[in-house]
Amino acid sequence: MNLEQQDFYTQAILSLAALVGLTSFIMLGQGRLLRLIFVFAVQGLLLTLTTALAAYSLDNHHLFISAALTLVLKVIFIPWMLRREVLQMNMHRDIQALNNKTMVMLGGASLMVFSYYVLHPIVQTTSPVMLNALAVSLSVVLLGMLLMISHRQAVAHVVGFMSIENGLFFAAIVATNGMPMVVELGVAFDVLVAAVLFGIFFFHIRTSIDSLDVDRLNRLHEVDDQRTEDREQKTELSSGFDPLSSVIRPLSSDYEVDK
Amino acid sequence: MIAAYLVLLIPFVGIVFFALAGHRADTGKLNVGFNALCLLATIWLAINVLNQGTILSSGKAFLIDPFNVYLIVLTAFVGLTTSIFSSPYMAHEKELGKLTDQRLKLYYSMYQGFMLAMYLVLTTNNMGMMWVAMEGATLATVLLVSLYRTPESIEAAWKYFILCGVGIAQALFGTILLYYAAEQIGGGENALLWSVLYANAEQLNPEVLEIAFVFMLIGYGTKIGLVPLHNWLPDAHSEGPTPMSAVLSGLLLNDALYAVVRNKMLVDGASHSNMAGFLMMGFGLTSFLVAAFFLHRQKDIKRLFSYSSIEHMGIMTFAFGIGGPLATFAALLHMTVHSLTKSAIFVTVGHAAQVAGTQSMDRIRGLIKTQPRIGWGLLIGTIAIAGFPPFGVFTSEFLVLLATMHSYPWLTPLLLLGIGIAFAGLFRHIQPMVYGDKPEGQLPVKANLWPVMIHLGFVLWLGLAIPGFLANWFSQATLLISGSTPL
Repeated sequence: MNLEQQDFYTQAILSLAALVGLTSFIMLGQGRLLRLIFVFAVQGLLLTLTTALAAYSLDNHHLFISAALTLVLKVIFIPWMLRREVLQMNMHRDIQALNNKTMVMLGGASLMVFSYYVLHPIVQTTSPVMLNALAVSLSVVLLGMLLMISHRQAVAHVVGFMSIENGLFFAAIVATNGMPMVVELGVAFDVLVAAVLFGIFFFHIRTSIDSLDVDRLNRLHEVDDQRTEDREQKTELSSGFDPLSSVIRPLSSDYEVDK
Repeated sequence: MIAAYLVLLIPFVGIVFFALAGHRADTGKLNVGFNALCLLATIWLAINVLNQGTILSSGKAFLIDPFNVYLIVLTAFVGLTTSIFSSPYMAHEKELGKLTDQRLKLYYSMYQGFMLAMYLVLTTNNMGMMWVAMEGATLATVLLVSLYRTPESIEAAWKYFILCGVGIAQALFGTILLYYAAEQIGGGENALLWSVLYANAEQLNPEVLEIAFVFMLIGYGTKIGLVPLHNWLPDAHSEGPTPMSAVLSGLLLNDALYAVVRNKMLVDGASHSNMAGFLMMGFGLTSFLVAAFFLHRQKDIKRLFSYSSIEHMGIMTFAFGIGGPLATFAALLHMTVHSLTKSAIFVTVGHAAQVAGTQSMDRIRGLIKTQPRIGWGLLIGTIAIAGFPPFGVFTSEFLVLLATMHSYPWLTPLLLLGIGIAFAGLFRHIQPMVYGDKPEGQLPVKANLWPVMIHLGFVLWLGLAIPGFLANWFSQATLLISGSTPL
């Protein structure tokens, strides 16, 4: 593939794909929540640009609607909602250091290589451009998952979740020039409802564990013999959660031999 | 075709009605009414299909064939009986002070929302809409899982939301790849329609379709509860209100499996490597065995039966994976008897938990002495789900075994082992709960056990003799999926 021989549209799509991939990596290494949300909004903007460009060059007018939906949902509404949440919880000054940043970034890079590997069979039937675009979308999806695994804040989980959706949208636009209109509207509706539900959930989580740190959501797990007792005490616990108890109890139940 | 539109319209009206009307004393009964109307509409639809064969709506947006129409009727039936159970159950929960009017309004509105999503998954002809409806089902039920607003239920709902959301995103990627393959042979707005894809399956690029199927299986497999993607399932089932556990186990899992099988039919048409079948067999067998072992370690009665659901979904996935006519027939039968039995069990479990005032199995004791109908219901339900003759689960599991012996004999010991372990796991927990003396101060509750009796009656009937029209129907669906009939 010689880049200079491609037409303008293809070149632009490739650059945008690279930029979308880059934003995913920036999000992955980001410890501050407000900056994370900002980068997420930038990714949404890149996605809007891609959609608008595809709509313009391919003369496919329903993609303009989809671009507008992306702009409203991913660039304005969701970042605004998350930002408000962070400011309300007073979390914007916390820096959440990733304990193993190098490993996470290396893992991200290998996920990207893996995406190319998975989608390589496609190259037989299509241009290398398509392979690049699809592989970048798949890696955005996988990087979103890695973001959710490596970060502990519920807000970061939502950002990861939504960036997975971004990756999917990018694939849909670049590989297939957008899904049929009815599907695209349906997906946008689901994303909107999901965003609203996340807002409701933040409220519930905050009132029940007084934090948005999902590591504290650890009451339900397998093989916890103390669980029934836990339930009796939950009224006392729910006001002031003692992180130690959750660490010690499952351990003690694993070593029942001592009793 | 009017019947199909009615099936979708009734629950939609239900959502709006319950959301606007607010909670009143008779809301539970109205919910029963909506579901009964829906059941009538689905029966009308089924008669249409029986007379005319496959129906394709004029805009090609909906496709009703023998495979999905029986699932539609099943969905409506379980939806109706569960709503009959839920009406006094939720009233009792409100008396206990666990729920407010506002939350009951949400509950009934979203009950209809969930039903609508299920009908849409089943009736739609568009693979993209199928995804949208599947995600819609998650969104409708996620707030119901956290209905009690306890820290545990919020955690369960969050897990459910995140895991299923991320999981099902993989299915969307698969759908995009499917559309991409379809576009190469001439796309347009109709390219994602299942009927069009199926007719042209031979020409679809097999490599792309195989990659797409992996994503679809992971995505919808999260909803089926396949190991290792099952983590959300026991939590969501045990923390939500019991009627929700009944419909999640009885309907949602089935419909997710339906989505996978639809995709498998496309992949099988395009490639002849049986890759899809092997993947489903592997995932199914793993889920079956892992869940059978996990049954032994449970402390919570609803978690116990949610692991049993994973186990049975594993068997079905495995059977669809084998793919011959006999295995497919067995899987279809198993889908039916499992959802009937499992929803009946969850109904009795809900009452048992209300009798004992806890879901912890260590403290549920002497059910038969306290309230014989609940105790016997639980015992007979467990016997049925464990696969004893003469119940229908025995028939279908036996057919799966036969098919396995025929196609992959070396897998038979694993299946038998799993069935044995699961049986032991269920009975070691159930026996002390139903027999024995009742604890001090344990009182009967007001319970409506008609749904349980009807469900178990049907399962018994299916075990003794499958009625002719139903067998005919199953074999038509089998013909559609596997290409030949077992009879």
